[in-house]
Formats: sequence, structure tokens, C-alpha cells
Amino acid sequence: MSVTGWTTILVFFLTIVVLARPVGGVLTRVLAGERTLPSRILGPLERAFYRLSGVNPDEEQSWSQYALAVLAFKLVCFVAVYLILRLQAHLPLNPAGQAAVAPDLAYNTAISFLTNTNWQSYAGETTMSHLSQMLALTVQNFVSAAAGIAVAAAVIRGFTRREVGTIGNFWADLTRLTLYVLLPACLVLALFFVWQGVPQSLSGVVDATTLEGAHQTIALGPVASQEAIKMLGTNGGGFFNTNSAHPFENPDALTNFVQMVCIFALGAGLTNMFGRMVGNERQGWAIFAAMSVLFMVGAGILYWSESHANPAFAALGVDPIQGNMEGKEVRFGIVGSALFAAVTTDASCGAVNAMHESFLPLGGMVPLVNMMLGEIIFGGVGSGLYGFILFAIIAVFMAGLMVGRTPEYLGKKIEARELKMTMLAVLCLPLVMLGFTALAVVVSPGTSALSAAGPHGFSEALYAYTSAAANNGSAFSGLTANPFWNVTLGIGMMIGRFFVIVPVLAIAGAMAVKKNVPTTSGTFPTDGGLFIGLVTGVILIVGGLTFLPALALGPIVEHLSMLRGIFS
Amino acid sequence: MNTHSSHSSARQGSLRRTDLILPAIVESFHKLDPRIMWRNPVMFVVEIVTILTTILLIRDLLTHAPQPGFAIQINLWLWFTLLFANFAEAIAEGRGKAQADSLRRTRTETRARRLLANDMGAYTRLGLYQQIPAPELQPGDVVLVEAGDFVPSDGEVIDGIASVDESAITGESAPVIRESGGDRSAVTGGTRVLSDWIIVRITAAQGSTFLDRMIALVEGAQRQKTPNEIALTILLAGMTLIFIFAVATIPSFAAYAGGHISVLILVALFVTLIPTTIGGLLSAIGIAGMDRLIRFNVLAMSGRAVEAAGDVDTLLLDKTGTITIGDRQAADFIPVPGIMARELADTAQLASLADETPEGRSIVVLAKERFDIRGREMHALDAHFVPFTAQTRMSGVDIGTRQIRKGAVDSVLATVPPGPAERALRDIAETVARGGGTPLAVVDGGRLLGVVHLKDVVKGGIRERFAELRRMGIRTVMITGDNPLTAAAIAAESGVDDFLAQATPEAKLTLIRREQADGKLVAMCGDGTNDAPALAQADVGVAMNTGTMAAREAGNMVDLDSDPTKLIEIVGIGKQLLMTRGALTTFSIANDVAKYFAIIPAMFIGFYPQLGALNIMHLVTPQSAILSAIIFNALIIVALIPLALRGVHYRPVGAEALLRRNLLVYGLGGLVAPFVGIKLIDMLVTSFGLV
Repeated sequence: MSVTGWTTILVFFLTIVVLARPVGGVLTRVLAGERTLPSRILGPLERAFYRLSGVNPDEEQSWSQYALAVLAFKLVCFVAVYLILRLQAHLPLNPAGQAAVAPDLAYNTAISFLTNTNWQSYAGETTMSHLSQMLALTVQNFVSAAAGIAVAAAVIRGFTRREVGTIGNFWADLTRLTLYVLLPACLVLALFFVWQGVPQSLSGVVDATTLEGAHQTIALGPVASQEAIKMLGTNGGGFFNTNSAHPFENPDALTNFVQMVCIFALGAGLTNMFGRMVGNERQGWAIFAAMSVLFMVGAGILYWSESHANPAFAALGVDPIQGNMEGKEVRFGIVGSALFAAVTTDASCGAVNAMHESFLPLGGMVPLVNMMLGEIIFGGVGSGLYGFILFAIIAVFMAGLMVGRTPEYLGKKIEARELKMTMLAVLCLPLVMLGFTALAVVVSPGTSALSAAGPHGFSEALYAYTSAAANNGSAFSGLTANPFWNVTLGIGMMIGRFFVIVPVLAIAGAMAVKKNVPTTSGTFPTDGGLFIGLVTGVILIVGGLTFLPALALGPIVEHLSMLRGIFS
Repeated sequence: MNTHSSHSSARQGSLRRTDLILPAIVESFHKLDPRIMWRNPVMFVVEIVTILTTILLIRDLLTHAPQPGFAIQINLWLWFTLLFANFAEAIAEGRGKAQADSLRRTRTETRARRLLANDMGAYTRLGLYQQIPAPELQPGDVVLVEAGDFVPSDGEVIDGIASVDESAITGESAPVIRESGGDRSAVTGGTRVLSDWIIVRITAAQGSTFLDRMIALVEGAQRQKTPNEIALTILLAGMTLIFIFAVATIPSFAAYAGGHISVLILVALFVTLIPTTIGGLLSAIGIAGMDRLIRFNVLAMSGRAVEAAGDVDTLLLDKTGTITIGDRQAADFIPVPGIMARELADTAQLASLADETPEGRSIVVLAKERFDIRGREMHALDAHFVPFTAQTRMSGVDIGTRQIRKGAVDSVLATVPPGPAERALRDIAETVARGGGTPLAVVDGGRLLGVVHLKDVVKGGIRERFAELRRMGIRTVMITGDNPLTAAAIAAESGVDDFLAQATPEAKLTLIRREQADGKLVAMCGDGTNDAPALAQADVGVAMNTGTMAAREAGNMVDLDSDPTKLIEIVGIGKQLLMTRGALTTFSIANDVAKYFAIIPAMFIGFYPQLGALNIMHLVTPQSAILSAIIFNALIIVALIPLALRGVHYRPVGAEALLRRNLLVYGLGGLVAPFVGIKLIDMLVTSFGLV
């Protein structure tokens, strides 16, 4: 560990603190349909979309209509992506002549991109045509992110409305977020990446001969444009197989820093938007603070862990001062890799710039735990906020009981119906993460795909399903996906997305029709330190305790073995 | 919470603990019936897995599997877990049952004298009647009840006046007066007329009388889960499901690692992880909450009402009897110009000598204090008393031809011609009223003397109570028939947040609706028929037992002591109920951390000896670790029964301070306690060689 390392973490965090408010302001205005700079330019486009599709943006939807719109939209996306991938050999913009994507892989990839997971069971440069990358995948990167934010906005509206049955219009939210937030921001970011050396080209591979005379094939493509939304939309699906570890995706320390900032930017801004929409920015900052605590603890442990050398290597005479550099890029170093791993798994981004599998056991456990908690540490764009609200509901329920009042959050009473929906959403994550892992580690199509044996192999499987259910998309690597994994991971991603979205929208609908309870000194304040502490505790205990047996059999036993010099 | 009246604690004392424990133990076994268990999802799941392990145990015993001792002990403690939870509920119910039995004993098979209407369609005391058994009475029947008779059923007095012994219901031995008309016309079946007679129109059908309902309530026969209880049950059921996933996946994880874990150990882990502590005590907490109210001599018609009491935002309090002591006291003699204060005092004292009202007596006392005017004998003066009537609104004495009167200013002034004295008196009266007092004019044979300033006396300590309520986040509104000037003065003196002056029933109702439209919950108490609409509209309506039947029907609580200040305590009891649930839930969940540290190393050590490092409690063997965890889990239920019945300590402080304290005690305590407890049990278990 070094002062530079901790300073990097601190500077990164302060950048996020500074960004939260302006980003929140833009999001709030865009979602309220107010005029912004981009809307003055792209306004005609928005209106044209509405006219073409027959949508009236001012016509509000009930929670069930909103949820139905989300699901219908996702179904159309699935069909479109699946067809493009299957037919890519016959479609244009295929300079490298990529063949059709296999059915199970096309299904897995389609689900993966439309759920904002971006789990990649393929290597981009050897599987996807440029058209597939641009029209299928990058488009999903935009709209899956926009859909996530839209759902979060609808949930917040549920809390702010009084005795009304509607929570906004999905089509309007989706269009505005894509046109006025994601598109302009990505345009700027893509230009920045191109400046830093990220390729943006429609040509195929370039053949090169190295100084040693070896022949090399260098893949090119529209990388910069995909890179921008990959980070900003917490998608994480890389153009290349090695994702942000590839020099064309993430050339230097500056792009590395910017990429990390992009991952958190919208998630942090959403907490501020939450505060603005409920009429008290402190409420947003309280959420921001609780997320920050969890972020700092995770990032700290990861950095600490990776700063130490693997004792097995040290025994072989490797200088321990380097820390654990296995699987890390020298241009990012320990802190650039550790912080990136924490950030990408706190938010459901899933881009990686180092091999998480090569982290020391406790270092590798941090990303795992980050995802197990449900990706609520800033989280996926939108999904992080509504996921956090689920835990906040449980926390205020407990707090309400303990102060002797029917629990309420933001002036809305928390009653049986909301709690039922909350538990439903909270339940689906351990069901997928633990249930599918339990299946995969005992059937041969499951275990045959694992590259390591023993606890490390177990961690690979656990990480994969955790990543899928949490819609993260990062892999522990080492897993060779086969149809069994493609199918089960696809199911996991769908459950992790839609079994949360539908219940949270139901909660929003139930909240919207409720009266507002006035705040008194008998009300538990949800913008103070006590709330931050309580909700953090609830997240760790309710979200974390479930996984302790599994963690004990994976990273924890591995860590203890490492300390005792037992290597399996 | 310190105003328990003496008789209620006496009644509580009559239910000795030992009388309750034996039936409760028997009842704990009855409650193992899955059809009853089903109501409590957490314990129902425990029962299913316990039955499963018992079947496995029996199989093992039949096949002579080696070393059954450990399995037998785990099984035993699993069953104890269930029984302890049932015991908690049974003992909570037992207190109510014992009370119901004592109520039943007072309900005698009386015969009623059903009156027949005379030719005019009226009922008189001397009319014809039929003797019929009380259960045959129908609503609308009219009965005669004379001294010594039991009132056969609930009803309304339509004629007569009688003193009635209501101790069977209220526990209050002093008889009360029941008379036709007014707010004291309701009589309750099972009470006894001590003197005189009343004619009663029966209002309640058999089976739905007040006594019937009271028995049903204290027995918990109609107990339904309250909204908050349902929500908490969902949370607990959800947590149980999460731990099903956590535990059910372990065999497969273990198989991957090349190990095997027996069903018994999985069940032990599962039962210790799911929130059995709160699951086992949840219904006991609810029953005990109702019971606390009953022992406080307040009958809640539903658990919902008790919960609502904890949420109250606005408290409507009647001025008289709640904020001020019921009677006004003379505070000053203010003469009109030209009259000496002493003369005014002397005359006012004369007028009050025979006046037995508290106001009258206070005038005599004040005259003695201020001017040392001694009491005089009425007959020595040859004076006779002229009592107050609603028509004259004056009282006084006639001494020979001299007529001395005191009374309402307007009434007194109506008897004298206008003049300077009259104008002066009006001015004085207005000044008094503006200061929150009530002016009483005194006139001696047409000569105006001045005004006696009667003052409302604000109860001692009420200011502090309101400050307390404000800290709890509750706004208090004083309801009074006084004019706004007087009301404002008393409101300022008592520290109440707001007031409603010249309150009519309509104004009260409007106020409640307005508060409710803002999302606030309103509590009030009332006794008269005209309070009924407001009582029904309020979220918590406490009817005084002395009140009319209409008021008692409209409210959702009845205060048997008819003490309006109790509203404040009722709010506290409601809050205490929720807090107890919250505290024990937190405790229950926080316990899991220690249990994991006990069981996970024990469970996996067979194939991953490294995990022994997680055994931070240094429990002796894997078996002792698992057994200790399950014993702790069962015993903690028993240990917390007293807390569940008594409720956690409630102090009227702000929400934040309250939460900080409860988190510290039950959150942090819940985290630490099992580490200590399991370690101790482990030491005991191994020293006795149980495993």
C-alpha cells in the first residue's frame, strides 16, 4: 500500500462527490421533460419518435402498464438481438467474415445485453461482426441503461405522488434519457477515448509483422463508441475479450480513471436526483453516504489484499514489495486494478481491467460480496437505486417498529403489500446465486467448464451466477462457457432483472396511491447518520449473511489454506 | 406509565403466577397441532423440520445406528424450541383467560322483569310485567330493575334513577349513579342495582353484550392479526425463505468439496438461523399488549386500535377533567367602584354558605383566606337557600326579604336596571374572561356588588406532560366550550399546542376530518351521545365507561375508569407494542452472526480443517458447538418471555434517541449476547459430558 494508492482512491471518490449534484440536476430536468441544451437540438427527433410510434408522452401509466411496457420492450429487444446475431453472416459490415452465432450463445448474449448484464460467453473480436457490435450490442447498451434509470425514476415518483394511480410514462422516460443524457455524454466520451488512442474504425483486422518477425493479427472496430456507453451505462460488455485490460479499450492511466468515474457517475447522480425529486436533497445524500461507506470498505480491503504478495510466490523468491501483480496490467498497477475491480462490481458494470480470478482470495471475495449485496453500491444505472430502496424499506420497517410507529419512508407508510414485494425482490437474488451454483457444482456439464479444482473452482461457479443474477457481467474468468452455462446464466440474468423490476414497480404503484404522513419528531429521520448506519447494517446482515456458508467454502477456505501453505 | 390505579394492580395480583404456568404448559402441547401452528409461518417451518429429524432419529434407533446420543439431544432441543414458543403464547393468553373466567362468574343467570306497555304505550314502574330468563331478552324490550337485582343486559335507562355497583366490570367498588336522560343513562349487563329503581330499554342482543365482548376480548377468541403484525410476519417469512436457500444449497456445495453433511446438522443450522426468537414470541407480544391495556382498565375493541394508538399524531383532549381539574376555584373578589372588596366577599360568602358545589365552597374558603370571614350557620341567620337552576342560572340565599344572588353575568344583569354600576361590572367581567377566568356576578337585593373571579385550575404537571408529548411528536389540541378568550388563556397556561373554543360536536368532527385529510391519526376521548360521531371518526376513540351507550358503541376503546388523561398512556402502550416487536426482531436477526461462527466451522471441519480458524469462540467439539447453538436458540425464547409480556421500556423522547438506544441494547446486545451464551452453554455441555 502506498500514499499514492490511497490518494488515487480518495481523488476518485471526491470526483464522484463533486459529480453527483450536477449529474442529478440534469437527470431530474430531463426526466421531468424540462428543456435542456440537448433537448433544444434533438427535440424534433423526440417528437418524431412519439408521432411514429403513436405515444403520447404526457399520458401517464399505472405501475402495471409501466411494467408491461418495460417487459414488452425487452421482448422486442430480445428478438431483434437474437436475429441479428444468428444472421450476422448474411448481413453487411462483417469485414472479418464472422459466422453465425450459435443458438445458445445468441440467446445468452441477447439476454445478457438487454438486462444490462453484459455477461460475455464469447470473445468479441472473434465472434461478432461490426454490425452485431453496433446495431445489436451497443444499441442495447444504450436502451438497457435508459430502461434501468426509467424504472428508478418511476419508483421515486411513486414516493413523491399523493393519492394518484400513475408513475410516469415509460416510453417518454426511455426516449428522453437516451436522447438527452446518454447520447450526448457518450459522444463527448467517445471523442475523448479516440484522443487517447482508442480505435474507432469500420475496417476489419490489420496484419502486422513484429520486430522479431512474428506475424500478428490486430483486431479493429468501432471501439471508442462502444467503450463510452459500456462505462456510462454500467454495461461492461467489452469489444475485445480481455475487456478494459486491452490497450485498445483502455490505453492508459487517464482513461482508466475516466472509465471508473463513468461507471459511478450516473449511479451517484441518481441518488441526488432521488433527493431532488422527493424534495429534500439530504435524503439523497444519506443514500449516497451509505453507498460510500460500503464502497470505501470494499475498495479498502481489495487494495489492502492485493498490495500483499501471494506467500506462495514469495516463497519462490518473487519480491513481495510488488504486491500481487498476477493477472494485472502493469500500466494500471495494484491500485488502478484493485479500485477498478471494486468499482465495476459495486456498480453492476462488469467491465474488468484485471483478472479477478488472480486476485488473492480475500481480494477476490470483495467483488463477489459487492455483487451478492445486490449491486446497490451506486449500482447499475437505475437498478442500483431501486435495489437500494428495497433495503431502505426493510431498514425503515425495523426502525419504525423500534421507535413505536407504523414504519414510513418519505412520508409513505410501509405496510404488508410493500413488504411482500420487497421480500420477493430480495429473495430472487440468493435463489439464483446459490440455487444455480448448487446445481452447477454437482452436474458434469457444470463442473467440466471450471478451470480450477477445489475451492477456487467453486468460486468460479459462484462468481458466475452471482454476476449473472446481480446483472454485473464480469467473470471470474477461467470459465469455459458451454450450453449448460449459457442457458442457466441466461435464466439467472432474467430473474435477477425482472423479478426485481416488477416488484419495485408494484411498490411504486402502491406508494403512489397512499396519503403522505406528515413528519413529526416521532418520525424516524431518514436523512441522518443513524439511518445510514442502520441501512448499511441491514444490507450487510440481510444481504450478506445468506452467503456466509458459500463464501466459507470458496474464498474464505482458500484464504485460510493460503495462510497455512496448503495448496490444492 | 405510572398511574395504574390501585384496584387494577389488585386484580392483577389475584392471578397468581403459579396458577397460570401449569395450564400454559399443558396448552403448549396442544398448540403443537399443525393446524394451529400454521398461523405462525416461522414456527410452522420449525415444526416440519423437527418432525423430519425425529423420523430420521427413529429410523436410526431402529437400525441401531452408532452414537445416537447427539441426535437425541438435538431432537429434544428442537422440540423444546417449539414448546417454548407455544408456552410464551399460552402464558400470554392465560392471563386473559383467567380474567375472563372471573368475569363469567359474575354473570349470573338472572331473571328479568319484562314490562308490558300500558294503554298509553308507556312503561311505568307499577305496570304489568312478565318474569323471563335474561337470555330471552330481545333488543327493544323494556325491563324493570330494582334494588338488589342484577341488570339483565345492556341498555339505556328510560326512567328512574339508581345507584349501581359496576365493580364486576370496572373493578371500582364505589357505586355510580345511573339515571334517565343525559350522559349517564347507560347500564351494563352483569352490574347490580344497589338502591332505588330504573326502567331500562335493552339495547344489546344476547351474545353481543358488553360483558360478552369483554370476555371474548380478554380471552383473545376473536384475535386477528393486526396490519403491522401481518407485515412483520411477511418479513420473517421472507427471511425464513432466504435461509432455506442458504441451507438447502449446502449439501451440494459440500458434495463438490468431497464432504457430506447430515440432515440433522443442516436442520440445526437452519433452525438457529431463521428468526425463531421473534417468531416464537410474536403472538405473545400482541396478546400481552392488549392485556396491558386491560390491566390498565382500558378495553380495546381490536388490536388494530392499539396499534393505531402508537401512531397518533394529534390528541384531542377535553379541557375539563383532563387539562384542568374539573372544578373552577374562586381566585379573586373584584368589586364595582364604590363597594369595598370586603363587603363583596362577605356577601358572596353568604350566598355560598349552603352551596355545596366546589365553586361555592371555594368562595367560602377564599373569603376566609382574604378577609378572615368565618363561616356562619344558615338557620341562625334564618336564611334559606335558593339553589341553582338552568332557568335562572343563579343561586343564593334569602334572609328575610333580603335576596342575595350570585350567578352568570348576563342573568344577574338582567335583574337590575342599566346604570354606571352595570357598565362597570360588564367591564370587569370582560377583563376576567379575557384572562381565562369565569366571572360570577354578585347582587344584594338589586345592588350590584362586583364579580367573583372563578378560575380554571390547570392540573399540576400537565405542562410537562404536553412537553413530553411534543417530544414524542404528538400535537395536543384542547377542546372546550369556553369562548376563545378564555380558551386561549388556559391553552397558554397549560402549554397545549392548540385549542378549539366554543366546540360543538360538528366543530369537533370537522377538526378531526381536517387533521385526517393531512394524513394525521387522531385520538380523542368522549362520553356524551353528541361525542359519538367524533369518536367514530377518530382513529382512536376512547369512550368513558360512565358515558352513553352511543358513545361506547362509537369508540374503539372503552376506559373503565372514565379517566380522560389516560389517553396519553394509551399512546405509550401502543408504541410499546410496536417497539417490543422491533426490538426482538433486531435481536433475533443480530443473533445469527454468532450462530454462524458456531456452526459453520463445526459443519465443514470434516473436509476443510482450515475452517477451524473460524471457531473464534473455541467451542470444544463440533458436536458441542452445534448443540450449544441450538440450546441457546431455544433458551433465549424462554429468557425473553418476561420482556415480551412486559414490553420494552418506553421513554417519551424523540425517535432518533429512542432508536439509538434500542439499536444499542437489542442490536449490539443481540450481536454480543449469543457469543457469550453459546460459549457458556458449550462449557456446561462439555463439562457434563453430554457430547
